Amino acid sequence: MIEFIHPSLALFAGALLLPLLRGQLQKIALVGIPLLGLALIALLQPGQHGQFEFMGMNLVLGRVDALSMVFAWVFGIILVIAAIYALHVRDWIQHSAALGYAGSALGAVLAGDLLTLYVFWELMVITSVWLIWRNDSGVSFRAGMRYLIIHAIGGVLLLAGVVIYYQTTGSLAFDAIEVGGAAFWFILLAFMINAAVPPLHAWLADAYPEATITGAIFLSALTTKTAVYTLMRGYPGTELLMWMGAIMTLYGVIYAVLANDIRRILAYHIISQVGYMVCAVGMGTVMAMNGAASHAFTHILYKALLFMGAGAVIYMTGKSRLTDLGGLYRHMPWTFLFFMVGAVSIAGFPLFSGFVSKTMITEAAAMDYRSIIFLMLLMAPAGTFLSIGLKLAWFTFLDRDSGLRPKEAPANMLLAMGLAAFLCFAIGVYPQPLYALMPNPVDYNAYNIGLILKELQLLLFTGLAFFLALKFVRGKNVMALDVDWLYRGGGKWLVVALRNSITAVNRQTRVHVNAALGRYGRSVDRRHGRDGKLARSWPTGSMAMWTAILLASLLVFGIRN
Amino acid sequence: MDLGRLLEKLVNRGRLLAMIMLVLLAVLVLIDIVVPPAYVRFPWDGIGGFPAVYGFVSCLAFIAVAKGLGKLFVYQPEDYYEARDPNADADRNGHD
Repeated sequence: MIEFIHPSLALFAGALLLPLLRGQLQKIALVGIPLLGLALIALLQPGQHGQFEFMGMNLVLGRVDALSMVFAWVFGIILVIAAIYALHVRDWIQHSAALGYAGSALGAVLAGDLLTLYVFWELMVITSVWLIWRNDSGVSFRAGMRYLIIHAIGGVLLLAGVVIYYQTTGSLAFDAIEVGGAAFWFILLAFMINAAVPPLHAWLADAYPEATITGAIFLSALTTKTAVYTLMRGYPGTELLMWMGAIMTLYGVIYAVLANDIRRILAYHIISQVGYMVCAVGMGTVMAMNGAASHAFTHILYKALLFMGAGAVIYMTGKSRLTDLGGLYRHMPWTFLFFMVGAVSIAGFPLFSGFVSKTMITEAAAMDYRSIIFLMLLMAPAGTFLSIGLKLAWFTFLDRDSGLRPKEAPANMLLAMGLAAFLCFAIGVYPQPLYALMPNPVDYNAYNIGLILKELQLLLFTGLAFFLALKFVRGKNVMALDVDWLYRGGGKWLVVALRNSITAVNRQTRVHVNAALGRYGRSVDRRHGRDGKLARSWPTGSMAMWTAILLASLLVFGIRN
Repeated sequence: MDLGRLLEKLVNRGRLLAMIMLVLLAVLVLIDIVVPPAYVRFPWDGIGGFPAVYGFVSCLAFIAVAKGLGKLFVYQPEDYYEARDPNADADRNGHD
């Protein structure tokens, strides 16, 4: 029996097979391939698989341990759900890209060495960008280009880090990376770009809202969580990450309050939620690491659910701005219900998945008596609930009637949302199977009266404040600048201005040089040209005279000597 | 069961729901005051109703900070980048 089949292999093969299939067959393959991938993930045995030597380097394609399996499982699950959600889409490029993207993310998570990680890291970028480009608009094309460029920079940083790491340690094994040194910082920066740690986060809020409706589900699940995995593997207990993570949780929330596009609100909340995980990685305690892994697991499910709900709204109404939406609950009640399950999950209401994972991270901070971090992490859920459970839900599904009369979302979308909503609820009420997956034994029960009371008060009073401040929270037809201004705005203008002035100088210089050359040419022409002094033909008489003068002078001077 | 109609009934009783929620809020704070805290790790752990106040204030703070930032500089017209793009003409004539 074959001991190890890499699940990515099935997905890559599927990505290549899909364009050859048509009609029903393609639809069957679209769900069948992810199911096969999930089955292969289930069959993975702990250990180091697929080891081989390449130019003297030890490469490991399949490192299967508890940590990588947490991510492999949830990637497999969300791939199946997202594939069902995308069933109605007739665009094999998107489907193939999504399969290839998921295969690459799985490959990165299972990679046991840095070189393999790097290869899958880059593959993720070039497959995922199609999920943005296939939205087929000038805006998404340019957003995709920016996404590509930022991740290309990240990839180069990673490669540079890996090369330096190999040079200094002589090993490519991907484990906790020793603090200090250039390799440490290069690789950390690359991971932080993908984890969307401010100020390296702007690509996410820029690109995700421009992705295709179904593509955004894959994007929201895979890239940032792969980065969380790599941070957990390489940088546990890096204090910088703890602070950056805590800042992220608040940064994302504040920008979500400013946003008007429903998927941009959700995108900023990815940043906020990934902040919890990054912060937990920074704390690095057993409890915190379990919290990071379990939060990544639950986050992928509820965030995908939220993106699916928002996507269904955009698909059925063609509108994506809060200011254009409202009163949709009557027409899309199931979408509304499922969306709310996602909303209460991300906010961390008891009985839903966010509660059993997020509180683990805040409790980890409390156990270490980190009071400032604790207060920051406690504050963020108020903002999360504010902008998703209240602002987004209220102005999309409730509030005034926008006049839109959409039909309920198609059955495949509802099924996918239902599955995700079921998982969010099931994990919330019965988290034991999730805890059993964790890298370390979990000794934690979220359901104690103190925690329930704390969360309920926090969230419900947030709700009270929301309704009191309702008129200030309404979406506005404006956009909020973020640090991508540096390369989309100021920086770009600076470069363009520089380019323009270089062009102008160049043009001026050429004018001057040309004029000088012209003058020189004319002066040459004057002397050597047809009528120039030196080109004139001399009459024979003058030649005879000059010869006579020469001979005469020779005669005179020559004789004298 | 028609979920849409059920939700509509609930929405039409919004005022009643709001009253129930307010009562629930009060009860929660009361319970928090009565029940002794499980841990005392931080100075605020013994204060009943602290999470309620913290959540309420945090929510208002988020709105205030966000709106403040928006008013100060980050709010711009939606076509901000397009309108100011020095390459826009080239783009329109080229690909796209």
